[in-house]
Amino acid sequence: MQPEKIELVCPAGSLPALKTAIDHGADCVYMGFRDDTNARNFTGLNFSFDNAKEGVRYAHAKGRKVLLALNTYPQADGWQRWRTAIDNAAELGMDAVILADPGLMQYAAKTHPELRLHLSVQGSATNYEAINFYHEMFGIRRAVVPRVLALAQVEQLMAGTPVEIELFGFGGLCVMVEGRCALSSYATGDSPNTCGVCSPPKAVRWQETPKGLESRLNGILIDRYDPEEKAGYPTLCKGRFDVEGETYYAIEEPTSLNTLELLPKLMNMGIAAIKIEGRQRSPAYVEQVTRVWRQAIDSCQRDTQSFTVKPAWMAELGKVSEGQQQTLGAYYRPWK
Amino acid sequence: MKLALGPVLYYWDRDTMLDFYDQMADAPVDIIYLGETVCSRRHLLRLQDYLDVAERLVAAGKEVVIATQTLIESEYDVKTLRRIAGNEKFRVEANDMGAVRLLANKTPFVAGSTLNVFNSQTLDLLAGLGATRWVMPVEMSRAALASVLRQRQSAVETEVFAYGRLPLAYSARCFTARHHNLQKDDCQFKCLDYEDGLALKTREGQPFLTLNGIQTQSALVHNLIAELDTLQDAGVDVVRVSPQAHHSGEILRLFRECMERRLTPAQALSQIEGLMPAASCNGYWHDQPGLEFISR
Repeated sequence: MQPEKIELVCPAGSLPALKTAIDHGADCVYMGFRDDTNARNFTGLNFSFDNAKEGVRYAHAKGRKVLLALNTYPQADGWQRWRTAIDNAAELGMDAVILADPGLMQYAAKTHPELRLHLSVQGSATNYEAINFYHEMFGIRRAVVPRVLALAQVEQLMAGTPVEIELFGFGGLCVMVEGRCALSSYATGDSPNTCGVCSPPKAVRWQETPKGLESRLNGILIDRYDPEEKAGYPTLCKGRFDVEGETYYAIEEPTSLNTLELLPKLMNMGIAAIKIEGRQRSPAYVEQVTRVWRQAIDSCQRDTQSFTVKPAWMAELGKVSEGQQQTLGAYYRPWK
Repeated sequence: MKLALGPVLYYWDRDTMLDFYDQMADAPVDIIYLGETVCSRRHLLRLQDYLDVAERLVAAGKEVVIATQTLIESEYDVKTLRRIAGNEKFRVEANDMGAVRLLANKTPFVAGSTLNVFNSQTLDLLAGLGATRWVMPVEMSRAALASVLRQRQSAVETEVFAYGRLPLAYSARCFTARHHNLQKDDCQFKCLDYEDGLALKTREGQPFLTLNGIQTQSALVHNLIAELDTLQDAGVDVVRVSPQAHHSGEILRLFRECMERRLTPAQALSQIEGLMPAASCNGYWHDQPGLEFISR
């Protein structure tokens, strides 16, 4: 049986990254505006209206799609900013907007009925009842599912909803249900839900001490490295902590999600799209990851049965993985 | 303002739970939330047990709300959710949009804090579907709440998580099982050993978080007892206290006395300190990092 075509959705943190993704085989790119309306609200990242316009023109000229992430929760005093972002998305001819907030979905569905709506991973929908809620209320066409479900659970979920499912395939791994994690605001005041950032750079301090190199987040010691250890960004759930006298990665190791070996299964399941995480990463990252995933998807599409993961692909992806480690995450149930 | 007791977030053995609710029947609290909201493997009390406890609490004059599990993953979870939504007797707190779908336009419900209501548009939308009360997200500030309440058009009650270790995150992974090098599916119910959760400290000994199965909580205890007048001014209708293994009844009594102005905020704060499993924080209410404590 020939599986359905599966879309490769790649991150575009900037116009150069967008063009790189398109040139190396992305079917879709996703981007955000340059403010707190999206969950990668970092300095120097994202798109102005004019940049976005050029990005859409570039992608559409090559027959590819552009998705706009407006996936933070509009804060009460900033509603106008999120509303304007929806209006701008419609004006720019975005192929879809990726939303988490029901109030914003209602506005989009009423004001721009032609605008395609995707449910963001930040909407925390892990079951078909939740996905069907957004489908019936606002007509969402696709849902991005949090990185917490085992593959069998994804299959069950798909059996209960007509909505297309997009899964994360590669990149940074949230261990917590997206949209339901306030660890970052507990430590620093800013979180994905409220500000579009996790473990924000402005709260990070590096310090050489006699005990080793220390990384701190708003003063909280996240990790300490021996001279031979490679230091990683202090995302607060990926530090080493003390639990009952034992120091270890109590929540998660610094590691990236990589589901390349699951590709035939994902295709046979009828997953609509595979998402690559990393709008905060460089165009070089986007190029490497897009190229490998394009080759893998094309190879799997040609012959799903005899698909094998090439060692060269894994080596290439290993180079850009967090801590040079990769995991299947929750898709592989024993990980839980 | 009314006083509410949240659901027990930890895993206590059956007798401890039943004793706890026997005591709560006599505690100075108006509303009691019941049910397993964290992990479907915690089964010492089944839904029917909670419904039986609910009957007894109603007979003692309490308003009872059955809270749904926050992370709904499996078909088993969905089935339990349907049974809770379909119980025709008690109001339900929806902690996932799947629960909202099952309750909407059928029966009044409470919109739980994990529904992420951050603006009046979403609040009004849920009110239109039958929400009669909403619980503010734990990370929301006093100023943001005031802004939502100024702009909303619906007349729903507002509840605030005002005491307890903050439920900050939910995961597919069980961190208590991980600590014991066990897989979640074979966790040996290690949560039973940690009546107030498992402490996670930084490598220099700073209490940072609390592991509670798939839930991660703050190490510090979010405590707004000295802020009750500011909650009232902001338009809060219900103040929630989250259960802990010891002294929950006394904590409720102090909140009640402070709400009735029989204790000053300073008196209440000094009396509550000896009853807490860890120091206070209140940063979120003041638009600061949640772990900070801003004294008045």
